Amino acid sequence: MALPDFIVAHKREMLTLTGEHLWLVGVSMLLAIAIGVPLGIFLSRRPAWKSLILGANNIMQTIPSLALFGLLLPLPWIGARADRLAILALTLYALLPVVRNTYTGIAGVDAPVREAAIAMGLTQRQLLWQVELPLASNVIVAGIRTATVITVGVATIAAAIGAGGLGEFIFRGLAMVDNNVILAGAIPAALMALSADFVLGLIQRSLVRTHH
Amino acid sequence: MTDSSAAIEFVDVTYRINGNRTLISGLNLSVRRGETLMLLGRSGSGKTTTLKLINRLLAQSAGKVLVDGRSTAVWDVIRLRRHIGYAIQEAGLFPHYNVQNNVALVPRLERWEAARIAARVREVLQLVGLPYDEFADRYPDQLSGGQRQRVGLARALAADPQILLMDEPFGALDPITRGEIQHEFMQLKKTLQKTVVFVTHDVAEALMLGDRIALMDSGKLKGVFLPAEFLRSTDDSVLPYISAFRASQQILNSGA
Repeated sequence: MALPDFIVAHKREMLTLTGEHLWLVGVSMLLAIAIGVPLGIFLSRRPAWKSLILGANNIMQTIPSLALFGLLLPLPWIGARADRLAILALTLYALLPVVRNTYTGIAGVDAPVREAAIAMGLTQRQLLWQVELPLASNVIVAGIRTATVITVGVATIAAAIGAGGLGEFIFRGLAMVDNNVILAGAIPAALMALSADFVLGLIQRSLVRTHH
Repeated sequence: MTDSSAAIEFVDVTYRINGNRTLISGLNLSVRRGETLMLLGRSGSGKTTTLKLINRLLAQSAGKVLVDGRSTAVWDVIRLRRHIGYAIQEAGLFPHYNVQNNVALVPRLERWEAARIAARVREVLQLVGLPYDEFADRYPDQLSGGQRQRVGLARALAADPQILLMDEPFGALDPITRGEIQHEFMQLKKTLQKTVVFVTHDVAEALMLGDRIALMDSGKLKGVFLPAEFLRSTDDSVLPYISAFRASQQILNSGA
Protein backbone atom coordinates (compact mmCIF):
# COMPACT_ATOMS: atom_id res chain seq x y z
CA MET A 1 0.00 0.00 0.00
CA ALA A 2 1.35 3.45 -0.88
CA LEU A 3 1.75 6.06 1.87
CA PRO A 4 -1.22 8.25 0.85
CA ASP A 5 -3.49 5.21 0.75
CA PHE A 6 -2.23 4.08 4.13
CA ILE A 7 -2.94 7.54 5.57
CA VAL A 8 -6.46 7.60 4.16
CA ALA A 9 -7.18 4.11 5.44
CA HIS A 10 -5.79 4.88 8.91
CA LYS A 11 -7.01 8.47 9.17
CA ARG A 12 -8.82 8.00 12.46
CA GLU A 13 -6.02 6.08 14.10
CA MET A 14 -3.55 8.68 12.95
CA LEU A 15 -5.59 11.47 14.52
CA THR A 16 -5.87 9.53 17.76
CA LEU A 17 -2.16 8.84 17.90
CA THR A 18 -1.33 12.48 17.05
CA GLY A 19 -3.69 13.53 19.85
CA GLU A 20 -1.97 11.17 22.28
CA HIS A 21 1.41 12.44 21.20
CA LEU A 22 0.34 16.06 21.75
CA TRP A 23 -1.02 15.11 25.15
CA LEU A 24 2.23 13.43 26.21
CA VAL A 25 4.34 16.34 24.99
CA GLY A 26 1.98 19.03 26.30
CA VAL A 27 1.64 17.64 29.81
CA SER A 28 5.36 16.90 30.06
CA MET A 29 6.30 20.38 28.91
CA LEU A 30 3.84 22.04 31.29
CA LEU A 31 5.34 20.03 34.14
CA ALA A 32 8.90 20.76 32.99
CA ILE A 33 8.14 24.49 32.89
CA ALA A 34 6.28 24.42 36.21
CA ILE A 35 9.24 22.70 37.87
CA GLY A 36 12.13 23.97 35.75
CA VAL A 37 11.53 27.73 35.86
CA PRO A 38 11.19 27.91 39.66
CA LEU A 39 14.22 25.62 39.97
CA GLY A 40 16.22 27.92 37.71
CA ILE A 41 15.13 30.92 39.81
CA PHE A 42 16.17 29.04 42.94
CA LEU A 43 19.62 28.41 41.44
CA SER A 44 20.02 32.10 40.68
CA ARG A 45 19.41 32.79 44.38
CA ARG A 46 21.51 29.88 45.71
CA PRO A 47 24.28 29.31 43.14
CA ALA A 48 25.93 26.82 45.50
CA TRP A 49 23.29 24.30 44.39
CA LYS A 50 24.08 24.84 40.74
CA SER A 51 26.56 22.04 40.14
CA LEU A 52 24.45 19.53 42.06
CA ILE A 53 21.16 20.25 40.30
CA LEU A 54 22.51 20.89 36.81
CA GLY A 55 24.83 17.89 37.22
CA ALA A 56 21.99 15.58 38.20
CA ASN A 57 20.02 16.89 35.24
CA ASN A 58 22.94 16.29 32.93
CA ILE A 59 23.26 12.69 34.08
CA MET A 60 19.55 12.25 33.50
CA GLN A 61 20.04 13.31 29.89
CA THR A 62 22.70 10.66 29.35
CA ILE A 63 20.37 7.80 30.29
CA PRO A 64 18.96 6.34 27.07
CA SER A 65 15.25 7.00 26.92
CA LEU A 66 14.25 3.36 26.62
CA ALA A 67 16.33 2.52 29.69
CA LEU A 68 14.80 5.41 31.64
CA PHE A 69 11.29 4.12 30.88
CA GLY A 70 12.38 0.74 32.20
CA LEU A 71 14.07 2.17 35.29
CA LEU A 72 10.97 4.13 36.29
CA LEU A 73 8.70 1.09 35.90
CA PRO A 74 8.95 -0.11 39.53
CA LEU A 75 7.77 3.26 40.92
CA PRO A 76 4.40 3.05 42.69
CA TRP A 77 1.45 4.89 41.07
CA ILE A 78 3.70 6.14 38.26
CA GLY A 79 4.57 2.63 37.09
CA ALA A 80 0.93 1.58 37.19
CA ARG A 81 0.07 3.36 33.94
CA ALA A 82 2.16 3.69 30.82
CA ASP A 83 1.18 7.31 30.13
CA ARG A 84 2.17 8.42 33.65
CA LEU A 85 5.47 6.71 33.22
CA ALA A 86 6.05 8.31 29.84
CA ILE A 87 5.13 11.77 31.12
CA LEU A 88 7.54 11.46 34.05
CA ALA A 89 10.39 10.36 31.81
CA LEU A 90 9.69 13.08 29.24
CA THR A 91 9.50 15.71 31.99
CA LEU A 92 12.88 14.63 33.32
CA TYR A 93 14.40 14.97 29.85
CA ALA A 94 12.83 18.38 29.25
CA LEU A 95 13.93 19.73 32.60
CA LEU A 96 17.60 20.44 31.90
CA PRO A 97 17.22 22.98 29.08
CA VAL A 98 14.48 24.79 31.00
CA VAL A 99 16.38 24.96 34.30
CA ARG A 100 19.68 25.82 32.68
CA ASN A 101 18.27 28.57 30.49
CA THR A 102 16.24 30.08 33.32
CA TYR A 103 19.37 30.23 35.44
CA THR A 104 21.55 31.52 32.58
CA GLY A 105 18.98 34.13 31.59
CA ILE A 106 18.70 35.52 35.11
CA ALA A 107 22.46 35.38 35.70
CA GLY A 108 22.90 37.24 32.40
CA VAL A 109 21.08 40.37 33.62
CA ASP A 110 23.67 43.17 33.69
CA ALA A 111 25.14 43.70 37.14
CA PRO A 112 24.58 47.49 37.10
CA VAL A 113 20.92 46.98 36.18
CA ARG A 114 20.44 44.61 39.09
CA GLU A 115 22.37 46.85 41.46
CA ALA A 116 20.38 49.92 40.45
CA ALA A 117 17.13 47.99 40.88
CA ILE A 118 18.07 46.94 44.40
CA ALA A 119 19.33 50.42 45.26
CA MET A 120 16.05 51.96 44.04
CA GLY A 121 14.25 49.87 46.64
CA LEU A 122 12.76 47.02 44.62
CA THR A 123 11.85 44.08 46.81
CA GLN A 124 13.21 40.65 45.88
CA ARG A 125 9.87 39.81 44.32
CA GLN A 126 9.73 43.04 42.31
CA LEU A 127 13.31 42.48 41.17
CA LEU A 128 12.33 39.05 39.90
CA TRP A 129 9.07 39.96 38.18
CA GLN A 130 9.88 43.44 36.88
CA VAL A 131 13.54 43.06 35.97
CA GLU A 132 15.00 39.56 35.96
CA LEU A 133 12.22 37.51 34.37
CA PRO A 134 11.38 40.05 31.64
CA LEU A 135 15.06 40.39 30.72
CA ALA A 136 15.63 36.62 30.88
CA SER A 137 12.39 35.75 29.08
CA ASN A 138 13.83 35.21 25.62
CA VAL A 139 16.57 32.95 26.99
CA ILE A 140 13.97 31.03 29.02
CA VAL A 141 11.75 30.61 25.95
CA ALA A 142 14.78 29.42 23.98
CA GLY A 143 15.21 26.67 26.62
CA ILE A 144 11.54 25.73 26.41
CA ARG A 145 11.87 25.61 22.62
CA THR A 146 14.84 23.23 22.76
CA ALA A 147 13.09 21.07 25.34
CA THR A 148 9.88 20.89 23.31
CA VAL A 149 11.64 19.73 20.18
CA ILE A 150 13.55 17.07 22.15
CA THR A 151 10.33 15.96 23.85
CA VAL A 152 8.41 15.55 20.58
CA GLY A 153 11.15 13.22 19.39
CA VAL A 154 11.64 11.25 22.59
CA ALA A 155 7.87 10.86 22.98
CA THR A 156 7.88 8.46 20.01
CA ILE A 157 9.76 6.01 22.27
CA ALA A 158 6.81 6.09 24.69
CA ALA A 159 5.00 3.67 22.37
CA ALA A 160 7.54 1.01 23.36
CA ILE A 161 6.00 0.88 26.85
CA GLY A 162 2.47 1.13 25.52
CA ALA A 163 1.92 4.84 26.23
CA GLY A 164 0.69 5.47 22.69
CA GLY A 165 1.53 8.40 20.48
CA LEU A 166 2.97 8.45 16.96
CA GLY A 167 5.66 5.97 17.99
CA GLU A 168 2.98 3.29 17.62
CA PHE A 169 3.24 3.57 13.83
CA ILE A 170 7.01 3.66 13.96
CA PHE A 171 7.33 0.51 16.06
CA ARG A 172 4.61 -1.25 14.06
CA GLY A 173 6.35 -0.32 10.79
CA LEU A 174 9.65 -1.59 12.15
CA ALA A 175 8.05 -4.90 13.10
CA MET A 176 6.28 -5.18 9.74
CA VAL A 177 9.36 -3.95 7.83
CA ASP A 178 7.04 -1.44 6.15
CA ASN A 179 8.53 2.00 5.54
CA ASN A 180 5.14 3.58 4.83
CA VAL A 181 3.93 2.70 8.32
CA ILE A 182 7.12 4.11 9.81
CA LEU A 183 6.70 7.30 7.82
CA ALA A 184 3.06 7.62 8.88
CA GLY A 185 4.42 8.06 12.42
CA ALA A 186 7.66 9.84 11.64
CA ILE A 187 6.32 12.55 9.33
CA PRO A 188 3.61 13.91 11.65
CA ALA A 189 6.11 13.79 14.54
CA ALA A 190 8.63 15.76 12.51
CA LEU A 191 5.95 18.28 11.47
CA MET A 192 4.94 18.64 15.12
CA ALA A 193 8.54 19.33 16.14
CA LEU A 194 9.01 21.84 13.33
CA SER A 195 5.80 23.73 14.11
CA ALA A 196 6.63 23.86 17.81
CA ASP A 197 10.07 25.16 16.93
CA PHE A 198 8.59 27.75 14.58
CA VAL A 199 5.92 29.04 16.98
CA LEU A 200 8.25 29.20 19.98
CA GLY A 201 10.86 30.85 17.77
CA LEU A 202 8.35 33.58 16.92
CA ILE A 203 7.57 34.09 20.60
CA GLN A 204 11.25 34.24 21.40
CA ARG A 205 11.92 36.85 18.71
CA SER A 206 9.00 38.98 19.80
CA LEU A 207 10.45 38.99 23.34
CA VAL A 208 13.83 40.11 22.05
CA ARG A 209 12.18 42.93 20.17
CA THR A 210 10.36 44.26 23.21
CA HIS A 211 13.60 45.00 24.95
CA HIS A 212 15.40 46.11 21.84
CA MET B 1 28.74 61.60 69.99
CA THR B 2 26.13 62.08 67.31
CA ASP B 3 25.35 65.20 65.38
CA SER B 4 21.62 65.72 65.02
CA SER B 5 22.04 68.10 62.08
CA ALA B 6 23.84 65.43 60.07
CA ALA B 7 21.92 63.79 57.23
CA ILE B 8 24.30 60.82 57.25
CA GLU B 9 26.71 59.79 59.94
CA PHE B 10 29.29 57.03 60.17
CA VAL B 11 30.24 56.03 63.73
CA ASP B 12 33.30 53.78 64.08
CA VAL B 13 32.33 51.84 60.98
CA THR B 14 34.30 48.81 59.90
CA TYR B 15 33.49 46.66 56.91
CA ARG B 16 35.12 43.31 56.35
CA ILE B 17 34.51 41.08 53.39
CA ASN B 18 33.75 37.45 54.28
CA GLY B 19 34.81 38.22 57.83
CA ASN B 20 38.52 38.68 57.08
CA ARG B 21 39.75 41.25 54.55
CA THR B 22 39.07 44.74 55.92
CA LEU B 23 37.84 47.22 53.32
CA ILE B 24 36.83 50.01 55.69
CA SER B 25 38.17 50.51 59.17
CA GLY B 26 37.25 52.91 61.97
CA LEU B 27 35.34 55.31 59.76
CA ASN B 28 33.89 58.38 61.46
CA LEU B 29 32.30 60.87 59.11
CA SER B 30 29.27 63.05 59.08
CA VAL B 31 27.56 64.49 56.05
CA ARG B 32 25.71 67.72 56.68
CA ARG B 33 22.21 68.30 55.43
CA GLY B 34 22.25 69.99 52.02
CA GLU B 35 25.98 69.68 51.36
CA THR B 36 27.74 67.89 48.55
CA LEU B 37 30.44 65.71 50.03
CA MET B 38 32.96 64.25 47.62
CA LEU B 39 34.49 60.90 48.52
CA LEU B 40 37.86 61.09 46.82
CA GLY B 41 40.35 58.25 46.58
CA ARG B 42 42.08 55.78 44.33
CA SER B 43 40.54 52.52 43.16
CA GLY B 44 40.30 50.20 46.14
CA SER B 45 40.38 53.00 48.70
CA GLY B 46 36.92 52.05 49.97
CA LYS B 47 34.93 55.00 48.63
CA THR B 48 32.32 52.94 46.77
CA THR B 49 32.06 50.59 49.74
CA THR B 50 31.44 53.61 51.97
CA LEU B 51 28.69 54.78 49.63
CA LYS B 52 26.99 51.39 49.59
CA LEU B 53 26.93 51.27 53.38
CA ILE B 54 24.62 54.28 53.35
CA ASN B 55 21.73 52.59 51.50
CA ARG B 56 22.66 49.21 52.90
CA LEU B 57 23.66 47.60 49.63
CA LEU B 58 26.39 46.48 52.01
CA ALA B 59 26.06 46.04 55.75
CA GLN B 60 28.90 47.11 58.04
CA SER B 61 30.66 44.53 60.19
CA ALA B 62 30.96 46.92 63.13
CA GLY B 63 29.85 50.42 64.05
CA LYS B 64 26.79 52.36 63.02
CA VAL B 65 25.59 54.22 59.98
CA LEU B 66 22.88 56.77 60.71
CA VAL B 67 20.58 58.20 58.06
CA ASP B 68 18.41 61.07 59.29
CA GLY B 69 19.53 60.21 62.80
CA ARG B 70 18.36 56.62 62.59
CA SER B 71 20.60 53.58 62.31
CA THR B 72 20.36 51.89 58.91
CA ALA B 73 20.06 48.61 60.81
CA VAL B 74 16.76 49.89 62.24
CA TRP B 75 15.39 51.37 58.99
CA ASP B 76 13.19 49.13 56.90
CA VAL B 77 15.71 48.56 54.10
CA ILE B 78 13.21 49.09 51.27
CA ARG B 79 12.00 52.35 52.82
CA LEU B 80 15.59 53.45 53.35
CA ARG B 81 16.49 52.87 49.71
CA ARG B 82 13.41 54.59 48.32
CA HIS B 83 14.29 57.53 50.56
CA ILE B 84 17.72 57.82 48.91
CA GLY B 85 18.48 58.49 45.23
CA TYR B 86 21.22 56.45 43.60
CA ALA B 87 23.12 57.10 40.37
CA ILE B 88 26.05 55.03 39.09
CA GLN B 89 28.61 55.15 36.32
CA GLU B 90 26.94 52.58 34.07
CA ALA B 91 23.58 54.25 34.79
CA GLY B 92 21.97 50.82 35.22
CA LEU B 93 18.85 51.80 33.33
CA PHE B 94 16.34 49.01 32.71
CA PRO B 95 16.88 48.10 29.04
CA HIS B 96 13.29 46.90 28.66
CA TYR B 97 11.78 50.16 29.97
CA ASN B 98 11.64 53.34 27.94
CA VAL B 99 12.91 56.61 29.41
CA GLN B 100 9.68 57.66 31.07
CA ASN B 101 9.16 54.25 32.67
CA ASN B 102 12.75 54.20 33.90
CA VAL B 103 12.30 57.62 35.48
CA ALA B 104 8.89 56.72 36.88
CA LEU B 105 10.27 53.65 38.65
CA VAL B 106 10.33 54.78 42.27
CA PRO B 107 7.17 56.94 42.13
CA ARG B 108 5.38 53.91 40.70
CA LEU B 109 6.76 51.62 43.41
CA GLU B 110 5.52 54.22 45.87
CA ARG B 111 2.09 54.07 44.22
CA TRP B 112 1.79 57.70 43.27
CA GLU B 113 -1.26 58.62 41.18
CA ALA B 114 -0.74 58.34 37.43
CA ALA B 115 -1.21 62.07 36.80
CA ARG B 116 1.30 62.98 39.50
CA ILE B 117 3.83 60.52 38.10
CA ALA B 118 3.42 61.87 34.57
CA ALA B 119 3.88 65.46 35.73
CA ARG B 120 6.90 64.55 37.81
CA VAL B 121 8.58 62.61 34.98
CA ARG B 122 8.16 65.60 32.69
CA GLU B 123 9.51 67.96 35.32
CA VAL B 124 12.53 65.90 36.27
CA LEU B 125 13.51 65.19 32.64
CA GLN B 126 13.38 68.93 32.04
CA LEU B 127 15.62 69.39 35.06
CA VAL B 128 18.34 67.16 33.60
CA GLY B 129 18.05 68.79 30.18
CA LEU B 130 16.11 66.15 28.26
CA PRO B 131 12.95 67.47 26.57
CA TYR B 132 10.12 65.10 27.44
CA ASP B 133 8.56 64.98 23.98
CA GLU B 134 11.83 63.98 22.38
CA PHE B 135 13.03 61.42 24.90
CA ALA B 136 10.13 59.93 26.86
CA ASP B 137 9.50 57.02 24.51
CA ARG B 138 13.09 56.12 23.70
CA TYR B 139 14.79 53.04 25.04
CA PRO B 140 18.20 53.15 26.76
CA ASP B 141 19.94 51.66 23.73
CA GLN B 142 18.68 54.59 21.67
CA LEU B 143 20.51 57.10 23.88
CA SER B 144 24.08 58.36 23.98
CA GLY B 145 26.19 57.77 27.09
CA GLY B 146 25.57 61.32 28.29
CA GLN B 147 21.82 61.00 27.77
CA ARG B 148 21.77 57.72 29.67
CA GLN B 149 23.55 59.40 32.57
CA ARG B 150 20.98 62.18 32.56
CA VAL B 151 18.15 59.65 32.62
CA GLY B 152 19.93 57.86 35.48
CA LEU B 153 20.09 61.14 37.36
CA ALA B 154 16.44 61.89 36.58
CA ARG B 155 15.47 58.46 37.90
CA ALA B 156 17.45 59.08 41.08
CA LEU B 157 15.69 62.44 41.57
CA ALA B 158 12.20 61.29 40.59
CA ALA B 159 10.73 60.62 44.01
CA ASP B 160 12.40 63.79 45.34
CA PRO B 161 14.70 62.09 47.85
CA GLN B 162 16.55 64.40 50.21
CA ILE B 163 19.70 62.32 49.89
CA LEU B 164 21.48 61.45 46.66
CA LEU B 165 24.31 58.93 46.30
CA MET B 166 26.41 59.13 43.16
CA ASP B 167 29.14 56.68 42.24
CA GLU B 168 31.39 58.18 39.55
CA PRO B 169 28.26 59.04 37.60
CA PHE B 170 30.18 60.96 34.93
CA GLY B 171 33.22 58.69 34.89
CA ALA B 172 32.55 56.96 31.59
CA LEU B 173 31.67 60.04 29.57
CA ASP B 174 33.78 61.77 26.95
CA PRO B 175 35.48 64.93 28.32
CA ILE B 176 33.17 67.39 26.55
CA THR B 177 29.93 65.73 27.64
CA ARG B 178 31.43 65.29 31.05
CA GLY B 179 32.21 69.00 31.36
CA GLU B 180 28.69 69.93 30.29
CA ILE B 181 27.00 67.56 32.67
CA GLN B 182 29.26 68.58 35.57
CA HIS B 183 28.37 72.18 34.91
CA GLU B 184 24.67 71.35 34.90
CA PHE B 185 25.07 69.36 38.06
CA MET B 186 26.48 72.45 39.78
CA GLN B 187 23.39 74.44 38.79
CA LEU B 188 21.14 71.59 39.83
CA LYS B 189 22.72 71.25 43.23
CA LYS B 190 22.13 74.95 43.92
CA THR B 191 18.43 74.75 43.05
CA LEU B 192 17.69 71.41 44.66
CA GLN B 193 19.57 71.67 47.97
CA LYS B 194 19.97 67.91 48.31
CA THR B 195 22.45 66.14 50.51
CA VAL B 196 24.80 64.53 48.02
CA VAL B 197 27.53 61.98 48.58
CA PHE B 198 29.58 61.78 45.42
CA VAL B 199 32.32 59.21 44.75
CA THR B 200 35.12 60.22 42.41
CA HIS B 201 38.79 59.55 41.74
CA ASP B 202 39.13 62.81 39.82
CA VAL B 203 40.60 65.68 41.90
CA ALA B 204 39.37 68.35 39.51
CA GLU B 205 35.83 66.99 39.74
CA ALA B 206 36.08 66.84 43.53
CA LEU B 207 37.29 70.45 43.72
CA MET B 208 34.69 71.70 41.29
CA LEU B 209 31.57 69.96 42.57
CA GLY B 210 32.24 69.44 46.26
CA ASP B 211 31.35 71.60 49.24
CA ARG B 212 33.74 69.37 51.16
CA ILE B 213 36.13 66.62 50.15
CA ALA B 214 36.61 63.46 52.19
CA LEU B 215 39.87 61.82 51.22
CA MET B 216 40.07 58.05 51.56
CA ASP B 217 43.02 55.75 51.32
CA SER B 218 43.24 52.00 52.00
CA GLY B 219 39.89 51.93 53.75
CA LYS B 220 40.66 54.85 56.06
CA LEU B 221 39.46 58.42 56.08
CA LYS B 222 42.52 60.68 55.74
CA GLY B 223 40.65 63.90 56.38
CA VAL B 224 37.77 66.12 55.35
CA PHE B 225 38.64 69.40 53.64
CA LEU B 226 37.02 72.43 52.11
CA PRO B 227 38.22 72.65 48.48
CA ALA B 228 40.41 75.67 49.31
CA GLU B 229 41.88 73.89 52.33
CA PHE B 230 42.53 70.84 50.25
CA LEU B 231 44.62 72.80 47.77
CA ARG B 232 46.64 74.38 50.60
CA SER B 233 47.04 71.18 52.59
CA THR B 234 50.51 69.84 53.31
CA ASP B 235 49.15 66.48 54.44
CA ASP B 236 51.15 63.60 52.97
CA SER B 237 48.06 61.87 51.68
CA VAL B 238 46.80 65.03 49.96
CA LEU B 239 50.05 66.08 48.27
CA PRO B 240 50.04 63.48 45.46
CA TYR B 241 46.53 64.65 44.47
CA ILE B 242 47.56 68.27 44.48
CA SER B 243 50.62 67.63 42.35
CA ALA B 244 48.55 65.56 39.90
CA PHE B 245 46.02 68.38 39.76
CA ARG B 246 48.73 71.07 39.31
CA ALA B 247 50.37 68.99 36.58
CA SER B 248 47.12 68.79 34.63
CA GLN B 249 46.59 72.54 35.12
CA GLN B 250 50.10 73.25 33.84
CA ILE B 251 49.50 71.23 30.73
CA LEU B 252 46.32 73.22 30.21
CA ASN B 253 48.09 76.55 30.72
CA SER B 254 51.07 75.73 28.56
CA GLY B 255 48.68 74.66 25.81
CA ALA B 256 46.86 78.01 25.99
